[in-house]
Parts: sequence; structure tokens; C-alpha cells
Amino acid sequence: MNLRRIPLSAIVGMLVSFGFLFVAIFAPLLAPYELGQSIGDVWEGASDKLPLGTDNLGRDLVSRMIYATRTTIFIAGAATFISFSLGSILGFTAAVKGGWLDMILSRAVDLLMSIPTLIFALVVLAVLPANIITLILVMGILDSTRVYRLSRAVAVDINVMDYVEAARLRGEGTSWIVFREILPNALSPLVAELGLRFIFAILFLSSLSFLGLGVQLPDIDLGGMVKENKEGIIFHIPAALIPAFVISILTISVNLVADWILNRTSDLKGGRG
Amino acid sequence: MGHPILNLVAQRIALGLLLLFLASGLIFIGTQILPGDVAQSILGQSATPEAVANLRKELGLNDPAYVRYFKWLAGLLQGDLGTALSNGKPIGEAVSYRFSNTIFLASWAALFSVPLAVILGLFAVQYKNRWPDKLISGVTLASISLPEFFIGYLLMFYVAVILGWFPSVSIPNESMSLLEKLDTIALPVTVLVLVVLAHMMRMTRAAILNVMQSAYIETAELKGLSPFTVIRKHAFPNAIAPIVNVIMINLAYLVVGVIIVESIFVYPGLGQYLVDHVSKRDVPVVQACALIFASVYITLNIIADLVSIIANPRLRHPK
Amino acid sequence: MSDNLLEIKNLKIGATVYPPGEKPHDITIVHDVSLILKKGQVMGLIGESGAGKSTIGLSSMSYGRGGVEITGGEVFVNGRDILKIQAHGLRELRGREVTYVSQSAAASFNPAMRLMDQVIETTLLHGLSSKAQAEERAVELFRSLGLPDPENIGNRYPHQVSGGQLQRVMTAMALCPKPDLIVFDEPTTALDVTTQIDVLAAIKKAIKDTGVAALYITHDLAVVAQVSDEILVLRHGNMVEHGTVQQIIEAPKEEYTQELVKAHSITHEEKKPTDNPILRVENITASYEGTIKVLKDVSVDIHAGQTLAVVGESGSGKSTLARVITGLLPPSEGRIVFDGKELTPALVDRSLDDLRELQMIYQMADVAMNPRQTVGQIIGRPLELYFGMKGAEKRKRVVELLDEIEMGEMFIDRYPAELSGGQKQRVCIARSLAAKPKLVICDEVTSALDPLVADGILKLLLDLQKIENVAYLFITHDLATVKSISDSIAVMYLGELVRYGTKSEVLSPPFDDYTDLLLSSVPEMKLGWLEEVLAHRKMESAGN
Repeated sequence: MNLRRIPLSAIVGMLVSFGFLFVAIFAPLLAPYELGQSIGDVWEGASDKLPLGTDNLGRDLVSRMIYATRTTIFIAGAATFISFSLGSILGFTAAVKGGWLDMILSRAVDLLMSIPTLIFALVVLAVLPANIITLILVMGILDSTRVYRLSRAVAVDINVMDYVEAARLRGEGTSWIVFREILPNALSPLVAELGLRFIFAILFLSSLSFLGLGVQLPDIDLGGMVKENKEGIIFHIPAALIPAFVISILTISVNLVADWILNRTSDLKGGRG
Repeated sequence: MGHPILNLVAQRIALGLLLLFLASGLIFIGTQILPGDVAQSILGQSATPEAVANLRKELGLNDPAYVRYFKWLAGLLQGDLGTALSNGKPIGEAVSYRFSNTIFLASWAALFSVPLAVILGLFAVQYKNRWPDKLISGVTLASISLPEFFIGYLLMFYVAVILGWFPSVSIPNESMSLLEKLDTIALPVTVLVLVVLAHMMRMTRAAILNVMQSAYIETAELKGLSPFTVIRKHAFPNAIAPIVNVIMINLAYLVVGVIIVESIFVYPGLGQYLVDHVSKRDVPVVQACALIFASVYITLNIIADLVSIIANPRLRHPK
Repeated sequence: MSDNLLEIKNLKIGATVYPPGEKPHDITIVHDVSLILKKGQVMGLIGESGAGKSTIGLSSMSYGRGGVEITGGEVFVNGRDILKIQAHGLRELRGREVTYVSQSAAASFNPAMRLMDQVIETTLLHGLSSKAQAEERAVELFRSLGLPDPENIGNRYPHQVSGGQLQRVMTAMALCPKPDLIVFDEPTTALDVTTQIDVLAAIKKAIKDTGVAALYITHDLAVVAQVSDEILVLRHGNMVEHGTVQQIIEAPKEEYTQELVKAHSITHEEKKPTDNPILRVENITASYEGTIKVLKDVSVDIHAGQTLAVVGESGSGKSTLARVITGLLPPSEGRIVFDGKELTPALVDRSLDDLRELQMIYQMADVAMNPRQTVGQIIGRPLELYFGMKGAEKRKRVVELLDEIEMGEMFIDRYPAELSGGQKQRVCIARSLAAKPKLVICDEVTSALDPLVADGILKLLLDLQKIENVAYLFITHDLATVKSISDSIAVMYLGELVRYGTKSEVLSPPFDDYTDLLLSSVPEMKLGWLEEVLAHRKMESAGN
């Protein structure tokens, strides 16, 4: 891969995304204060010691945001991992096997997608215990329907190509067809989709936490921080805007990378990628 | 047997009703998937066994699930949405007031976003690959990545709190005139418009481009028709179905977006009502609201399908 | 004023291309082309793909398709330089003085408008006559172009009319405003061979009756010879040769033109059938999910080292036969005996050795190869799978195969996207031969290729047959190809075998009606062929 061919936007996106990942991994080392440590007055302004000031309970905003970023990335990442593995494995299987399996899976996904994801998540969260495992599973399973649709569509398109038929006629087994013929050609759109699903998971988690139905105290994520500090807005205190802004930066930078990969998909015919 | 298109339309509507029925079942199952006891989980671990037993009775949990489902469904069909656990009042009353508020908010958002999206989409096509198009797609990319509450609080902070142009919370009441109401909902409407605009515009652009690249548009150009005539007679009739489709899909999206926006601006709509009762674990209310949202969503999607069927000349004039 | 209707002087046309992963750059499509067309004359523009012929045709309407731009030269229509006039003036030119007939009429009609409204649109727009008069003229044109039910066909929508008919309606649309010049851009290429001849005859008659001038663009020299007065041969955007039809066909000067004229002249001596065919197809009946039979009681034999050509138009079931033999579509009745033993109907039950001995080559070589694999991997896979070859041994054999297909070792690490159309098909041939098969099914393997490239592939197949003693089942719609390479021929029509035997038997009279129609529909490279054929036809083509 030629580095100079990567557009500037994608490079910026990658650098920022890696920055976030770094912060998430080393959160305890980077944060100046503990997660729940109260160190000053409520909604103190920015100072040399506290670059962003304090929150609604007088905790350091920077430290709290570092931990919140960690939670957000961890939960969104885990949910994406589940939605992606579940969706793509089922989607590929449905496309290659066809028949009744494809029929049942596809109709089930149609039904699940006939209800908006947020609504269905709210229904389920009304009865399930509020914890991080529940959140990850609910988000992952609901979002796997999108991944299923895409990976099935991509695999079906490739599956009818003459070169896959040629492999069948040659006597290749299912695993060769999936891993050597279909997968290499489906990789680009799927990787781009991975980015989009991750963005969606971040936004979805943040929305749930903002509504008070996501991550529960004492854990905190970025959406939850917006909720904690939203009362400050009417008192001219923009503390709630800062975590919301951080979410936007994170999603935009991942989106820049995903967009670049998606555009590269059309280069498939260009040979060596 | 009538006209084949009538059969298709009837089929599609029947399919929609079936989907609605299955969706109601899914929503019901969604509240039953808990491995343990619903009543216990609603009341928490500290509840007394008597309280749990009472709640079980009240919820009808002693009946098998399918009996409860059909009872619920039968009630729904007669317009009875059940009783809220939290305050014991009929759900129907609270819902109808809040639902009309939500529709009011969403309609105004649709009224602004739809024409704006179509015009900007046309604009992007006109300047394809030049800076206005690139600007539009850049803004789209950014706004798809932004959480609704970021846009919402940003506007609230700068426009309502600092500039003081509009109220920061949107609570309309009956005594307000239409103009006062509009002033009250100006900010939430703006947020909703911004949220759906990007998607709608991007999809409109794609739909129009797809038509403009057809061979029959080239034929029309080679006939010496003016650009305006080409669009009016050859592009527009073929682009209308995909555009309506795009609009319907995005209105369905708007219905969901409304939930977050209502919470930001403390707007007394169905979305906020739903969210409140999810925290209270008031299952009957959650089921009723979810079903209403799902019905609107499914209906809009069916309308989108019907428009594509009706606008397709191949189906309208069969061989 | 001279009687030059169209005069193109030193035309240069360029375009900006956006190759993936590279900086956009400008390329030249047409270098310095000049031509003169007099009133009422027909000039054929001929060349292979990439010759720039369509681009030149559209330049007579001052139109560049998809980012194509005229970068130099002058184009005069009726004495004025149309490259210098503004948009408004161009609208007076387009559709009034010059009209256009495209290759794919099906895509060129607005699907939401009735045919009549589209046919008379230009006439009304330019205020040439009243609506009633225009409609009357359109009906007259429909009639003279041989369309069925000319009074009412205009009320139909495009999708309600067959491809061959649409192509004629499009010709009527071009003729309706009484233009001075019509640009025909491959108007019969997308049609079945028996339909092509009717449309061709209709176009020729219309040109003669109305006295309109025409630019007739095609890749088929035999077709253009039937309708043109003069021919301009193009290659890679350059003029190769210009002359009268007679001169170009009978005494071409340039080497390239001579090759074009000689295309399809490969000959091959028929081999006699043996007693022991390698493949017996016995009473096969097959259908796709349901009741409509696409193959009805078909029986054919293929002999070792020989070629059976299966010929027919779209819908004849010829490709279905290939799917049945390969096991992709198990037949509902009948059996297939391969090398003395019966093959199981479904692919999944066949042994690896059966699969190895029966290989297939596809029409579209681009999609028959995995774009993520190199030529070496593509040809090497059968060696690995069937013979367990690895490393140096495999590479050595791949190189041998590359030499056999006249490409060589330097291609071993290339990807399919880096090959030309002909090279891709050669790699597919090598892949099938790597399996050391006894029978190779060739499904329209040359139809997507330019004539000279196709000839190269046919020659290669014949040479390889001699070396490897492999049998071919050659599926095609092109009778010229059949004549070149087959030992026996099966003619199919709507799922049935209508004629079957050795090449000499099938191609000798007396003919049944369909074979006669099919044989007579193959354009021949001689003047007056079209008229001769039309005078002797017994049967209408199915496409009408």
C-alpha cells in the first residue's frame, strides 16, 4: 500500500482514532484524579490546575472524561464485535447455503428491523437488569441485523459471479469458497461497515446513557456525562457540551477512515490493493 | 382479479398488517425475555413477597404468556391500551395528548426538512463534483456523526441561553396561540431538521443522479430539448418515486429522532413519556408507546413501498 | 454552397480519466480525423472497441458523452461550424438537422412516456408540424419500418414492445423530424442474429425512401457493407483507410483492413465421428424451478478430440444444456454418460476426477477469474487441487501453460485487471487445460471479444485441441464461428434440437425452416447480400 495515496482526511481520522484508543487503554495512568474524587466547587471554571473546570459535583472534568471515554469505547467496541461476528457469520452462511436457512434468517431480520432499534432497545431495557453486560448484548444483537443484511447482500452478489461457479465446478469445498473466493472480495465493504457500526454503537450508547437508560452510576460514559451536566446549560455553564463534543470528534474521525475505505472499495478492479 | 397493480397494492398492505401483528408480538416477547421474575425485577430485590405476589396478579403474570398477549391485543383492537403501573391511570388518555404533541413537532420538522432536502439535493446534482457538492457531502458526513444532543445543547446554549432568542425548554400549552407554540418549538424543530436533512439530501442526490445518468436522458438531450424540458418531462416523472421513497424512509427516521430531542427540550411528547416509563419499569406503558412508534414507522415504510409500486410504469401498464 | 452535409476537419477528442488510486489525467480518444459526407450519402464508421467511432459520430451533434471533450478541429453541418455555436443554436441542430439512433433502444426510451409522445416530441418542439400531422407521419414511418399494428403501437410504453421493435421505433423517432443526417450507433448489435437482419433491412429501406444521409457506426464490416456507400476504417482513434464499400471489401489497401475483411475465415477440416463418444447426452429434459421446460428431450454425442457446436438464439436453451452437463442444474429426465459411465445429475455428488475431466470456460472472462488472485494462482489452483503439485513443480507447469497460450512467464504475477480482454480469456483457457480435461465446455467464449481477438482465441483453441486431444462443447449464437471450428453441429430453437449431425450434413441442403433462417441471417462480406437473403426467406424471426 502506498502511503502517499492515502488522503489527508483519512490520515487525520486515523491519528485521532488512535489517540482515543491510547487514552482508553491507559486511562488510569493519564487521569490526574480518581473517577469519583471531588476536588472543588460545583461547575468551577477552567484554571491552570483544572483545564476544563469541574462538573456538577465538583469533580475534575478532564479525569472524568478520560474514564468516560474508556467506558464508551469499551462498550461500543464490545457491542460492535458481537454485532459484527454474529451478523457477518449468519449473513455469509445464509448467502452461501441459501434455501430455508436463508429464508428463515432473512425474514426474522426483516421483522426485527421493522421496529426502530432505539424503540426495541427501550422495550427490552425496561425489563432487563441495568448493567454493562445487558447493554453490550442488547446493542450487539439488535445491530447485528444491519450487518447481516449487508454481508448477505455482498456475499450473494459475489456468490453468483462466474469465478465462484468455476470454483464449485472445480470441486472446491465450502470453506475454500467462503474464505478464498468470497471473503477477499467482500473485505473492503465489510471493513468500512465495521467502522460505521462502531460509530453507530457509540452514538447509540451515548443516546441511551443520555436518556438515563445506558451506563449506570458509579460507572460513567460520555453520554452519561452530558446528562450529569445538562442542567448547567441554562446557567451559562457549557460543561455538558464538552463530552458531547468529544463524542463528535471520535465519531467523525472514525467516519473519515471508514469513508476512505468505502471509497477504496470501488478500486477492487485495480488489482493489488 | 382487478388490475394487477391493485393486487400488488392489496398484497403490500396485507403484508404490512401482518408485519404490524408480528411486531406487536415481538414487542410483547421483548418484555418477557427476562430469565427471572418480571415482578421481582420491577420492584427490586428488597421488595416483600406480598408486594411481588400482588404485582404478579396485577400484571396477570399467573396466566400463560400467550393468553396475556391475546388479552393485550384484544384490548388494543378495542382502543384500550391498558393501565399504567406507576399511577394506575388508563394509558390511553396520557398517550393521546402526548402523541398529538409529538405529531405536531414532527410535522413541522417534516414541513421544513423535506423541501429543503429536495432543493439542496437538486443543487448538489447541478454542481456535481464541484465545491457546492463537496461542501454539502462534507457537512453531511459530519452531521451523520454528531449525536442529536450535541446539536441540541449547542443550539440551546448559544441561541436560547446566550442570545435569548428562543426559550430553552419547549413546553407548549393549550392557551398559546399557534405563533407562540411555534416560538416554543423552534429549537427542537431546528434540531430535528438538521438531524434528518443530511440523510435525506444525500439520498435525494443519489436518486436524482441515478435518473440523470440514464440513457433516455441522453436521448432527450440529443433531441435538442432545453435543460428545463429534459428535467420536467424526462427526469422528474422517473425521479419522483425514488424521492418520495427517500422522504418516507427519513420521516420514519424522524419519528425515532424525536425521542432524544423531546428529552433535551423537556417537550411533553410521546418519546419523553416512553423514556420516563422505561426508567420506572412500567411495562404496560412501554409496550403501548413502543407499539405506537412501531406502527408509525411501519406505516411510513409501507407508504414508501406503495409509492414505488404505483409510480412504476411497468406495473401500471402491464404487457 | 457545396453539397457537403457534414464536414469534419482534423477532429481531436480527449477525455479526463480517473483511474482508481492514480491522479486523474487527460487522454486522447480521437487523433486528427477528417471526413466529408454529402447529402443523401451513407458512411460506415468501422473499428474495434476503443477506436473512437461512437465519439466521432456524436461529435456531429457537438455532444461529448460522460466527460468527453472535443479539443480541436472543426465540424461543419450544412456549412456552419457547430463547435462554435452556443447552447441555443445547438438545440436547433440536435433533433432537427441531426438525429441519433443508439445501440440500446430499450434504455434510450423514457419508461414513463408513451412511444408516440416520444417519437413526435422533436417535431413538435421545433414547430415543424401540427400534432395530428406529426402523428400521421409517425404512423406512416411505423408502417414502412414494418412494425406490427402501426396505428396503435405508439400508444404503448417502451417495456411493452420487444427489443427489435423498439430499435425500429427509435429509427422512426430519428426520421420523424425529417433530419438531414442520422447517426446510427451500432443499432443492431444488441439484437439476435435473425432479428438483426430485419432491422437492418428496415433501416436500409428507410434511408433509401427518405434520402436522408447517415453515419453508420458498427464493429461488423459485413453489416456496414450492406447499408453504406463509403467506409471509414478507424483504429485507436486514428483513420486507417477510407474508400467506397466495394474497394474496402474487395481490395483493401491497408494491412489492418485486410485483417478485418479476413476475420472469421479460419477453416478447420471436419473429423469423422467415432464409435465411442466421450459424452452422451440422452433424452435430457430440464426446467428452472417450475413447469416451463427450457430443454425438451435433447440428445447429442461428443467425440474425443472433436468439437460439437451448439448454436441457437437467446432462449434456445443452449446455455441450459451446459448447466445440465456440468451438474449445476440436474435434469428432470434423461441421463448423461461421460467416458463410458453415467454421471450423477447433481454437481455435489460427482467425484473430483469427474469434475477434473469436465472443465468450463465462460463468456465474460473478467468475472470468471477472482480479481484478488494472480494469474499464477488462478492457473496453479487446479494443479494443486487435482494433482497435488506444489512450489517449483507447480510453477514450472504454470509457465508451460502460459507458453501454450502464447503469453509467457512475465504474466505469472499479474492480476486479471492488468490484462486485456483476449489475454483474460487465454488465462481462462489455461486454467481449464491445467486440469488435463477430456471435455471443455466453451460458453460463448468469443462473443464479448472484438473480431480479430476472437479469431486469435479460436485459433488457439483449435491448436490446443490437436496437442491435448480435448473435446469441446462449443456454445454460440454465431454461425460464422461454428463454421470455423466445429466437427458436428446441434441447432437449437426454443429448447428443442431442430437439427443435428456432422458439420457437412447440417450445413448442406435441404434445410428445415429455422436452420435456413439462421444460416441466411449471418451477414456475409459481399455487396447485395441483404437483398438476396430477403428475397429467399421462408420464416419470420422469433424476435418480431
